Amino acid sequence: MLEIKNLHVKLEEEDKQILKGVDLTVPAGEVHAIMGPNGSGKSTLSYVLSGRDGYEVTEGEASLDGEALLEMEPEERAAAGLFLAFQYPVEIPGVGNLTFLRTAVNAQRKARGEEELSSAEFLKVVREKAKTLQIDADMLKRPVNVGFSGGEKKRNEILQMAMLEPRMCILDETDSGLDVDAMRLVAEGVNALRSPDRSFLVITHYQRLLDHIKPDVVHIMSNGRIIKTGGPELALEVEKNGYGDLLAEAN
Amino acid sequence: MADTAVLAAQTPTVEGKARPGDAALTARLAALDLPQGGFTRAARADAAERLQAMGLPGARDEYWRYTDPAAFNAPKATALDIPARESTLFAEIDRLKLVFVDGRFDADASDDLAGEGLEISTLATADAGDHWAAAFYGKLETEGQTPVKRPFAVLNTLAAVDGVLIRVTGQVARPVHLIYRRADAAADVMVHHVVALEEGAELTLLETGALGARSNAVLEVDVAKGARFHHIASKRADDAKVGIGHIFARVGEAALFKSFSLAVNGEMMRNEGVIQILGDDAVAHIAAAALGDGSTGKFHHDDTVFITHAAERCESRQVFKKVLKHGANGIFQGKILVKPGAQRTDGYQISQGLLLDEGSQFLAKPELEIYADDVKCSHGSTTGALDETALFYLRSRGVPREQAIVLLVLSFLADALDEIEDDRLRDDILGRLDEWLTSRAAS
Repeated sequence: MLEIKNLHVKLEEEDKQILKGVDLTVPAGEVHAIMGPNGSGKSTLSYVLSGRDGYEVTEGEASLDGEALLEMEPEERAAAGLFLAFQYPVEIPGVGNLTFLRTAVNAQRKARGEEELSSAEFLKVVREKAKTLQIDADMLKRPVNVGFSGGEKKRNEILQMAMLEPRMCILDETDSGLDVDAMRLVAEGVNALRSPDRSFLVITHYQRLLDHIKPDVVHIMSNGRIIKTGGPELALEVEKNGYGDLLAEAN
Repeated sequence: MADTAVLAAQTPTVEGKARPGDAALTARLAALDLPQGGFTRAARADAAERLQAMGLPGARDEYWRYTDPAAFNAPKATALDIPARESTLFAEIDRLKLVFVDGRFDADASDDLAGEGLEISTLATADAGDHWAAAFYGKLETEGQTPVKRPFAVLNTLAAVDGVLIRVTGQVARPVHLIYRRADAAADVMVHHVVALEEGAELTLLETGALGARSNAVLEVDVAKGARFHHIASKRADDAKVGIGHIFARVGEAALFKSFSLAVNGEMMRNEGVIQILGDDAVAHIAAAALGDGSTGKFHHDDTVFITHAAERCESRQVFKKVLKHGANGIFQGKILVKPGAQRTDGYQISQGLLLDEGSQFLAKPELEIYADDVKCSHGSTTGALDETALFYLRSRGVPREQAIVLLVLSFLADALDEIEDDRLRDDILGRLDEWLTSRAAS
């Protein structure tokens, strides 16, 4: 599914290397977690994969189902099946959540050469999916993320994911700013989407999200590299001892 | 009423000295075919005198610092080289249609001038004997000359050929739609409308289409106690290249005045809104969205607003948005004047420029002048580019770049469009805007 080889990335504006050779493979159907201290390059990895401006790939490659990702425009990557749930979902005043969702769904269908959904079809699907995420009609009508609480914003991200049905989902610190109940709700939304041909890359600081979204593989990232890979027990180890031991070991 | 010959022959002077703009004024007047006037005769004569005294503005006038009045001063209009197209905006809405061709009322193309709660006549036909509009024609315009002079409105009062005169006595659900068409490529149009809403009356006035190659329009609106007036105007790219418009409104006790205008046209456009809030508990909102693309010629759009609070517990709101690219110029001059005694005034003003490239500019001059102590007034102005993070967010959801920009432009304009109360009218404008933006997204 997702294959990253020797990825080196620096900031476009300044001479600062962020990723220094990331190798990562996420096979279909698996959930991988990336943990690591602040500034280790986790979010940068998610942005580079989804095509945000401001980064320069100096070496390496990344592919989704064999298609080279890094040359594509962000919208092409989305149409190819990549989705990034933002750490800080963006507010877009004046654009209704439903309009936004329908525009996105239909843009992707169009890019894939599929029929656009009619208003009625779209509404039926969105209402169903919103309900399981406890998103009410009012939240669907309101402008995108405007005046949403932290939990509502993250649930809205998961709703977009559910509507767009991506093959590869990247969750960037989806647990930040969530209380226990909100986290459970978001995790349930994610778990409902787990399937043999969909993969997840869950970026997080803390082990607690991984109590709800059980990873198959855990990677520890530090200073722009994956320094250790293991099973779920690795997350527990971090929770117990912090990153100190792992970093010392890697050095 | 002084006739053309008399006006042209006079050499206007201040303390015996000729002023720099005098020759221009003489030439400007000489090129006009001045109506004799019936009920407007006194107002026109008064305007002639006032205009001689104030002269035409020059580039050195403070009020014309950002907009060069030369195109409005010129004796003749420059012919348009773009074909006229009929607008289909509001076509699905049940409304009373009044058609003006090159600024003259076309009775055959219009609906009957009748409606419940309405009394409608047109200036050219009514301007013979007595008329109720004599109490308003040129009067609101004259009041709007203090403290800032607006010579082109005076010129309009003096020389306007036609317009609509609407007296509203009841709550009129069906909007009145002024449809402008142009036939002559060089039409130099001057229209003067008067709308008087009596106590408790309500009216929605729509304006669309092409007044002429050059236009000078005045709308005088008197909103009496408890009355409600809604105004929505839309100007397209092929409508006119040079135009100046003035709205003079007088808002009475517990009355409501709301005006929204959309413009995607103009080499040189200036709209002035002059609103006097005279009765307690009144509400006056004025909003506009202008979209300028300098790639097909010059684009210069100026919104100049002056709101006077002269009563207690009134609310005013100015929302002005401009989307500019390819060297387009956007100007906003907005003032809130709170007079002594206008306590508990709630005044708000926002002007924002969205620059889609580096060659465009937005100039804003917000002003507050407050002489009461229990007042809430705020103003803000921003100029900026598209939010790259929001653009990436949309694109990461699969929305192509051009379409994402359209969504973000609509997002930027939303507060201004929200000033249109009627959902159907707002959706119609929004749909047209979306279409227009999408069709030009790639350029």
